Amino acid sequence: MLRSERFRNLFYQALLLAIVVGVGWYLFSNTQHNLQTRQIQTGFGYLSREAGFEIAEKQIEYQASDSYGRAFLVGLANTLLVAGIGVILATLLGTVVGIARLSPNWLLAKIASSYVEVMRNVPLLLQLFVWYGLFTELLPSVNEAIAFGDWLFISQRGFRYAWPAEHPAWSAVGWGLLAGIALALGWKSLAHRRQLRTGLQWPVVWPSALLIAGVPLLAWALMGAPTEIDRPVLEGFDFLGGKVLSPEFAALVIGLSTYTAAFIAEVVRAGIMAVDRGQTEASMALGLSPGQRLRLVTLPQALRVIIPPMTSQYLNLTKNSSLAVAIGYPELVAVSNTTMNQTGQAIEAIALLMAVYLTISLAISAFMNWYNNRVRLIER
Amino acid sequence: MADTLSDIRSVSSAPPATSAGPLAWLKKNLFSTPTNSLLTVLTLAVLAWIVPPALDWLVFKAVWGPQPLAACDAVRGQGACWAVVWEKFRFMMFGVYPFDQQWRPALVIGILVSLLVISGIRWFWRPSLAAIWAIGIVVSYWLMSGGLGLSPVRTEQWGGLPVTLILSIFGIGFAFPLGILLALGRRSSLPVIRSFSVVYIEVIRGVPLITVLFMASVMFALFLPERMRIDQLLRAQVAIILFVAAYLAEAVRGGLQAVPKGQVEAAQALGLSYWTIMRKIVLPQALKISIPPIVNSFISLFKDTSLVVIIAIYDFAYAVKKSVETDFSWKQYFIEAFLFSIVIYWIFCFAMSQYSQWLERDLARNTQR
Amino acid sequence: MNATTPQSAGTAATAIEISGLSKWFGQFQALKNVDLSVARGERIVVCGPSGSGKSTLIRCINRLEPHQQGRIVVNGTELTDDLRNIEAVRSDVGMVFQQFNLFPHLTVLENCTLAPIWVKKRSKAEAEATAMKFLERVRIAEQAPKYPSQLSGGQQQRVAIARALCMNPSIMLFDEPTSALDPEMVKEVLDTMLDLARDGMTMICVTHEMGFARAVADRVIFMDRGEIVEQNTPEAFFSNPQSERSKQFLHHVLDRYEDLG
Repeated sequence: MLRSERFRNLFYQALLLAIVVGVGWYLFSNTQHNLQTRQIQTGFGYLSREAGFEIAEKQIEYQASDSYGRAFLVGLANTLLVAGIGVILATLLGTVVGIARLSPNWLLAKIASSYVEVMRNVPLLLQLFVWYGLFTELLPSVNEAIAFGDWLFISQRGFRYAWPAEHPAWSAVGWGLLAGIALALGWKSLAHRRQLRTGLQWPVVWPSALLIAGVPLLAWALMGAPTEIDRPVLEGFDFLGGKVLSPEFAALVIGLSTYTAAFIAEVVRAGIMAVDRGQTEASMALGLSPGQRLRLVTLPQALRVIIPPMTSQYLNLTKNSSLAVAIGYPELVAVSNTTMNQTGQAIEAIALLMAVYLTISLAISAFMNWYNNRVRLIER
Repeated sequence: MADTLSDIRSVSSAPPATSAGPLAWLKKNLFSTPTNSLLTVLTLAVLAWIVPPALDWLVFKAVWGPQPLAACDAVRGQGACWAVVWEKFRFMMFGVYPFDQQWRPALVIGILVSLLVISGIRWFWRPSLAAIWAIGIVVSYWLMSGGLGLSPVRTEQWGGLPVTLILSIFGIGFAFPLGILLALGRRSSLPVIRSFSVVYIEVIRGVPLITVLFMASVMFALFLPERMRIDQLLRAQVAIILFVAAYLAEAVRGGLQAVPKGQVEAAQALGLSYWTIMRKIVLPQALKISIPPIVNSFISLFKDTSLVVIIAIYDFAYAVKKSVETDFSWKQYFIEAFLFSIVIYWIFCFAMSQYSQWLERDLARNTQR
Repeated sequence: MNATTPQSAGTAATAIEISGLSKWFGQFQALKNVDLSVARGERIVVCGPSGSGKSTLIRCINRLEPHQQGRIVVNGTELTDDLRNIEAVRSDVGMVFQQFNLFPHLTVLENCTLAPIWVKKRSKAEAEATAMKFLERVRIAEQAPKYPSQLSGGQQQRVAIARALCMNPSIMLFDEPTSALDPEMVKEVLDTMLDLARDGMTMICVTHEMGFARAVADRVIFMDRGEIVEQNTPEAFFSNPQSERSKQFLHHVLDRYEDLG
C-alpha cells in the first residue's frame, strides 16, 4: 500500500494540509491570546467608529468626525486618482520615449536610452524623496512664490492655479466634451463606411478636432459664456481661492509617472521591434505610405505584444502608489496606517488593504486575459 | 540578346564620400530629413541650455573633499556640496554600527559583493555554488552579529549598505528553495498542493511590498507567543523572503514550461522517480532558462529593499536620509546626500542589468546550434 | 486564360533601365557598376552564388534599398530620394519575398485588398472582386476567409503573388520565392509563376530553380561579387557558359540535379 501512487498523492496532500492547518491554528491561538492581553478588539466594527483625524487632501467630503470607514474610502479615492493620472502620464511619456529610442536620429535615441537606463535602475522611493525634497525645499516660501501673472503661483505649499469659478455652464462644457468625442467617433465611422463603399476617403483628423473643441465651446456660449475666474490671492500665510496641487501629490504623480514611463518605454520598444522587418518591406513594396504602414500593419501587430506587459506595468504603478506613505500623501496605505496606529487593529486594517489591492490586481489580470483572447493571432 | 562579357577581375572601389565615413554618419544619423535636422537642432539647443549650468553646479563650482561647513555655505545655490558625503560617509555606509568595529560590516560588503560576482560567472554554475553561498551567508552573519571571538553587536545597531545587501542577498538566497517548491507545486497535478501554490503566488504578487512589510512588522508580534521576541530586522527579512519567493516562483515556472515534455516522458519510461527527474533533468535545464528573469527579480528586490525605510529599518536609504535629517547644520544639503545614494544604487543596478542583458545574449547564442 | 496584365502609364518599350549602378553597405560594395536593360514583356532570371548581389539588385529597383551611384529608371520614372517618384514606382512594381511576408493579423482576402483600398483608393467591393479574381487565378480562392498561419508554405506564397497582382503592376519582382518552401510545394508556386509569364508579365526572378529558367526565361543573367558576369539566352547559357565563374557555378548547381537522377 505504501508504494501505491494514489496513496502517496493523498498522503502528501494530507501532509501539506496538516502542516498548514497546524501552523495556522498555532498562530491563531497565539494571536487570540495576545490580542486579549493587550485588550485589542477584533472584528470590523471599528469601521463605524469616529476617526478623529483630518485628511489633508480629499476627493470626497470628509471631516474628522466621520467614521474610519469613510476615511478608508477617502484614501481609496486618492489611490485611484493618483493611479489613474499616473497611468495616463506614464503611458504618454513612455510611448514617446519608447519610439524615440527607435528614432533614426542618433541624438534623440541616445537621450531616450539614457533616460530609460537611469530611471529604471534607481529605487522609486529615492526618486520620490528627491522630487518631494525639490518641491518643498527648493521652492520659495509662500510670500515669495514664483508667479506667472496672477493665474499660477508656485511655492513650498504647492502649485496654486486659477480656475473658472463655479457655474452651471462648466458642467455643460463637460457634457459637451463627451458629446464632441462621441460625434467625432461617429464621423470617423461614417467616413470609414463611405470609404468601404466608394473608395474615397473623407478627411477625419481635422473634423474630429473641430468637433471635440467646438461642441464644448458651443455649450459654454449657450449657457451664458461665464468668464469669471477664481484667482488665488495671498492672504496672511497662505493663498485663498483657486485650486491647489500639493507638493505631496505633485511629487507622487511625477515620480510614479517618470519611473513607470521608463519601463513602458521598453515595452513599447519591444513591441515595435517584434514586428518582422519583412512586414515593413512588404507594405513598402505595396506602396503604402509611412502613416498607413504604421496604422494598418505595424501597430496592430505591435499592440498584441505590447498590451500584456503594459497592463503589468499599470499594476505595478498602482501598487507603487503605496509609497505615498513615505512622503505623506494620504492615500489608502497612509490612511490605513493611521487607523492601525489609533485602533491597534492591525490585522483587520492590513487584511482590508490587501483585499483592495488584490481586487484591483485581479480586475486588471482579467481584463488582460480577455484582451489576449480577443486579439489572439489565429493559429493553425 | 546574346551578350557575353569576358572574365574580368572584380574590383571594388570606395563608396562616395557622402555615403560612408564620419560625414556620412552625421548625415544619416542626425540630418537625414528636414524633420530630423530640425529635431537635432532643437535637441542641441535644449542641451546647450541645460547642460552647462548643470555641470557647473554638479562639478565645476562644487565643493569636493572633506571641507568644513563654511566652504559649502559659501557656494550655496551655485555649487553642490559634496563635502556632505565625506562628512557623513561612515554613517551612510554603516549606520549606528560601533565605530571601532566598522571593519566588520565593510568586510561583509566585500564578501556579499564577491558572492554576487562569483554567481555570475559560468564556471561556478554547479551544485557547489550552493555550498559557497551557505558559507558566505554564515560568515557574514557571524561578522555582523559577533560572538565566537568578536564582540557582539545587536541587530538594532546594524545599518547602512551591509543591511541593504543582507536583505537582498539573504532574501533571494532563502527565497530560492521556497520559490522552486512553489513553482513545482503550481504545476503539480495534486489539487491541494496546486491550489495552495496558486493562492500563495497570486495573493503575494497582487499586493504591494509595503503591505507585506507592515504585516511582518506589526502582525508577527501578534502571531507568536509573548516570550518569543523577534527583532525588527528579522521580521523584515522574513517578509522579503516570502515576497520574493512568489516572484521567483513565476520566473522558474517559465523555465519549467520551456523544458520539452518529451524529456520527462523519456525519464519516466526509464523508471526514474519524480524527485530524481526533477533534480537531475528538469530543474537544471529550467533554472538555466530562467536565469535572466531571476536576475531581473534580484535587481527589483535590490531596489525594493529601500522600502524598509517605512518600517524604520536602517538600510542604506534610511541611513542616508537620517544622516542629513538629524544634523541641523548639514540638513540643507540633503539633495547632495540623496544624489550620492542614487549614484550608489544606480551603479549596482546598472551593472546587474548590463550583466543580465549580456547573459541573455550569451545563453541565446549557446543554445542555437 | 485572360491577359490580366495591363500596361502601365509609361508605354516605353524599356520597362527598366539601369546604368552604372553601384551600391555600398558601409564600406562593402555590393553592386559594382551594373548596367541592365529590361524590355517590356521580357522575363529575366538572375542567378549566382550567395552574396553576389542578386537580391540587392532587385531590391534597388523598388527602392527597398537606396543606391549611391548610377541611375535606375522604371517605366520612365527615375528612382531618386523624391518620395513621389518612389511611391509611383512602387505602385507599379509588384514584389514577392522569400519569406512571403503576409500580414498575419489579416485574412487572405484582407491581405489582398489592403493596398488597393488604401493606395489606389478603390471601394471595398471593387477591391474584393479584383482580389477574388486573382485568388482564383492562383487557384486558392477557397482559402480567402482564412488567416495566413492556417495555410501551408506553398499556399501562402501563392497568396503573396496574388496580393502583389492585385495592384495591377506592370513589372513583377521575385526574390527567391521558392527557397523557403518544402520541396513538394515548390512546384505549385513555380507553376503559378509560369502562368504569369505566359500571359506576358515583365518579370525579374532571382532563383536557383534552373528548370524554371529553362522553361520561361528570355534571358539568364549570372551575377557574382556584385557584377553581371554573363547574360545570355537560357539554352546558350546552360550549354555553353563563356566565363570560368559561370562554369564553376553551373557545375555546382547542375551536378546537384543530376545526382538526384
